[in-house]
Amino acid sequence: MTDAARNPGTALCPDWFDAVAVNTPAAERRAASLTARRTVKKEWQAAWLVNAIRCMDLTTLSGDDTPARVQRLCAKARQPLAPHILEGLGLEALTTAAICVYPTMVAPAVKALEGSGIPVASVATGFPAGLMPLPLRLAEIRHALDQGAAEIDIVISRAHVLRGDWQALHDETAAMREACGAAHMKAILATGELKTLRNVYKASMVTMQAGADFIKTSTGKEAVNATLPVSLVMARALRDYGARTGAKVGFKPAGGMRTARDAIAWQILMKEELGKDWLAPDLFRLGASSMLADIERQLDHHVTGRYAASHRHALA
Amino acid sequence: MPSVKDILMSMDYGPAPESAAEVHRWLAARGSFGHFIGGRFTAPGKTFASTNPATGEDLAQVTQGTAQDIAAAVAAARAAQPGWAALPGHDRARWLYALARHVQKRERFLAVLEVLDSGKPIREARDIDIPLVARHFYHHAGWAELVADAFPGAAPLGVCGQIIPWNFPLLMLAWKIAPALAAGNAVVLKPAEYTPLTALAFAEICAEIGLPAGVVNIVTGDGGTGAALVAARVDKIAFTGSTEVGRAIRKATAGTGKALTLELGGKSPFIVCADSDLDAAVEGVVDSIWFNQGQVCCAGSRILVAEAVEETFTRRLTERLARLRVGDPLDKSVDMGALVHPVQLARVQRMVASATAAGARLVQAQCALPGTGCFHAPGFLTGVSPANPVADAEIFGPVATLTSFRTPDEAVELANATRYGLAASVWTENVNLAMDLAARVKAGVVWVNSANVFDAGAAFGGMRESGFGREGGRAGLRDYLRWPEAAELPEAEAAFNAAPVPEATGQMGGIDRTAKLYVGGRQVRPDSGQSYAVAHQGRVLGLAGLGSRKDIRNAVEAAAAAGDWGRATAHNRAQVLYFLAENLSARAAEFAARLVEGGHGASAAAAEVDLSIRRAFHYAAQADKFDGAVTSTKSAHVTLQMPEPFGVMGIVCPDAAPLLGLVSLVLPAIAMGNRVVAVPAASRPFPATDLAQVLDCSDLSDGVVNIVTGPKDELASVLARHDGVAALWYVGSAEGRALVEAESTGNLKPVWAMANRDWTAPEAQGRAFLHRATQVKTIWVPYGE
Repeated sequence: MTDAARNPGTALCPDWFDAVAVNTPAAERRAASLTARRTVKKEWQAAWLVNAIRCMDLTTLSGDDTPARVQRLCAKARQPLAPHILEGLGLEALTTAAICVYPTMVAPAVKALEGSGIPVASVATGFPAGLMPLPLRLAEIRHALDQGAAEIDIVISRAHVLRGDWQALHDETAAMREACGAAHMKAILATGELKTLRNVYKASMVTMQAGADFIKTSTGKEAVNATLPVSLVMARALRDYGARTGAKVGFKPAGGMRTARDAIAWQILMKEELGKDWLAPDLFRLGASSMLADIERQLDHHVTGRYAASHRHALA
Repeated sequence: MPSVKDILMSMDYGPAPESAAEVHRWLAARGSFGHFIGGRFTAPGKTFASTNPATGEDLAQVTQGTAQDIAAAVAAARAAQPGWAALPGHDRARWLYALARHVQKRERFLAVLEVLDSGKPIREARDIDIPLVARHFYHHAGWAELVADAFPGAAPLGVCGQIIPWNFPLLMLAWKIAPALAAGNAVVLKPAEYTPLTALAFAEICAEIGLPAGVVNIVTGDGGTGAALVAARVDKIAFTGSTEVGRAIRKATAGTGKALTLELGGKSPFIVCADSDLDAAVEGVVDSIWFNQGQVCCAGSRILVAEAVEETFTRRLTERLARLRVGDPLDKSVDMGALVHPVQLARVQRMVASATAAGARLVQAQCALPGTGCFHAPGFLTGVSPANPVADAEIFGPVATLTSFRTPDEAVELANATRYGLAASVWTENVNLAMDLAARVKAGVVWVNSANVFDAGAAFGGMRESGFGREGGRAGLRDYLRWPEAAELPEAEAAFNAAPVPEATGQMGGIDRTAKLYVGGRQVRPDSGQSYAVAHQGRVLGLAGLGSRKDIRNAVEAAAAAGDWGRATAHNRAQVLYFLAENLSARAAEFAARLVEGGHGASAAAAEVDLSIRRAFHYAAQADKFDGAVTSTKSAHVTLQMPEPFGVMGIVCPDAAPLLGLVSLVLPAIAMGNRVVAVPAASRPFPATDLAQVLDCSDLSDGVVNIVTGPKDELASVLARHDGVAALWYVGSAEGRALVEAESTGNLKPVWAMANRDWTAPEAQGRAFLHRATQVKTIWVPYGE
């Protein structure tokens, strides 16, 4: 990710999104047909599942997280597949794209990942609700960076979207981007609380104008997290922003995706709507935790021809 | 096979073929098929091969049906039908339920077989065709259960001949067979020559569930077999296919008394407004013209896009086109498979070449097509001038035309500038505009912000030269039922003599009364400048205008210009009809006298006038109560089924009841918003010409009712052949009925041709007339934010 040209952002340009039309039933239809129109089988399925791991922000964001819990997750990030599976797939090395934790867990994560090259992403800015004074939110970003975070997942103020205060959303997000410095910033839109797909499109566009390197669907804490229709609309916003600025912004669905099937579905969405570039970790991340276990089971079956049991795989 | 490592670099989809092993085993075991007649397969006769258009391989041999085969099948159906109709609805429901269940249990088999025989991609067969087939049988199991309650007094038609196309072989079979069986008919179905195999598999399912022998008969063959079925002793022909063949069937069935429904071609508009979700509209195009290789009668083959977004839309459409995958139809990741047959491929190639030769620009996907098989790259044509051959002709392949419009009014104008009227797709986020366009486009089905959405509960069928009759839902079931009609009565004869009648010295008495034609709200002289003497029992009653083809032409023009009538509120129309009743009542004695002078007895005359007034009250009452429906189809969809007037109707009236006959026919037509050109009783036109004066003072807008007196069948023939007349009702002789039906093929107007009947009977009034005066428009409105 560090090599990718960053999104420089722009001033707020409301005419890029003011009149946007997003037809919800049509978006739902397209999302449903995407995975009916494409599938991957055999070696291709295995490769696409491996790619999902390669693009995964392996995540723990729980109130009961402890350094030991985070260390175990980091061990899984270093070695997401059992050795016999990796060997069976003909691969030498594989890690997840990143680890994603709360700010207070960054230090143990950095320590646990030392030498692996796996970056630590930290949520910040009053995750998940974001309803803290802005200076505190910015301070939290700086704290996470001090602790060694290489990527910052910020949450936006949903209130600005719901009130249509795009200037406030832009300025606040730009301030966060500035606080992130060299660290890449993923802007979490919490789409389950924005409700309409038009809001999702507009919030996507404003946060990209404010310089977000990634736009991300959800915190995982909303009632509804990543869905395909929401992801479709965000992908189209990415495309439109790219067409206007030339900047490539990344996309991260997060929350609610648990299965290998989900992993394939979101990759199909990326490939169909944005193209192959969005199937690599510099532009695509899957924010997930339990998904990895299902992928590992599927790949075990692919390699051995026997159905696997999760208790025989290392816990995340 | 590339390694996981290689694929991680390419991130290709790779092959994902559906297995056809089971189907190939079945085909190998059967090898050669006979027909399915009377519950068993006949021995194969002279056979031809059904081939896989994606590979060219022969799949099986099927029998070329002969006229004898058709006769045997019709006889089997005829023998089985009374018993089938006599079953309680619940019992028929059980059979239809069994068919639905067995289709579901064989869904993969049927989907794969359909793919092999037709070339369509497995995704479509699996996710769209077969589930809709099952849904159709379920829905009609329900109708079998309810038909007696829902349609009191109705009876099945008897034996139905059904001819279906190759684009949705099993789905069209279901659309035909399910409602026919639910209503108590027996059927003889001829599948398309190119795609007979799923119909034969369905026949095996009929045998498997033990469906009573003869209820369903399947005879395979080509157009000759179809023609034999049309000519056979059946009670109805239901046809889906090309407009050209539809015309031939209309002609062949003229005067036979066979019921007829036609679902024909289309050149359906796909209207993209400036405020629409353009990405959604692009996907709509994918689901329209690039669905089933564009071999869809209701495909949105004419893309009309607002100039303001034309450039953006065209760019996105071009980008989307590049991502379509064309290839092995059995591959689960393929969007487009093969066209059905080399003949069709050559036809599409020829049409696209003619379009580009005429100056159109072809934007085509640069996809690699398989080396063999009937594949055609998807695309669209821009710069299609109105004179370009593809501007109006159906390409029936994966190539649309794209034209821009400036205003919604222009969009409607362009959308309706076609001989067809099957479907339309309308894209806008503005609900006002969406409903306005949906109301104004001439199409039997309108999809708002969607395309090619189907459900067994929603009527499907065309306007104009896309045919008549509906399939699906309540309207579709009606087309497999008949109702008791008023008793037939002999018709009076009329003679025309334009010469003076000197022997009538003084018979006309008093001051001359001049019965003119009534056109466009004015009393006009006939174009011929001639009158004919109207006599009763040797006594000349007066002179009536001798109308001719030019008077019909003028009357149709006047009626066409009176379009506001259809847009007026139903209450408004009701008020006019009540006022008409009022004015008629005020002159009741005069009308009765007119009837008496023409031969009515005094009490019969009074009764006829009174019944005419009642008719006016009845249709005034009906005007705002003949409702459409909101049908339960898919979740988060409002599916409206609205009865719409045809527009300009021709009505040729009986001689026997010169006032009541005309009133019984004209009033329901105008109550629904049609404008009428009526040819009144030729032998006794004066009640009608007097009525013109009553109409004139009843606030009826000019041109809503036009009356042209004169030689009945001559004028009827002009109406039948007039392309501006959208529907025709005719009461008269068997020869006249055959004539108007045969001459209606020009614009394929629906014709209701009947013998004279007892116009005083209760059956001479009611909703049956309103159904005949309207056509159902189905409007799909998905919702959700």
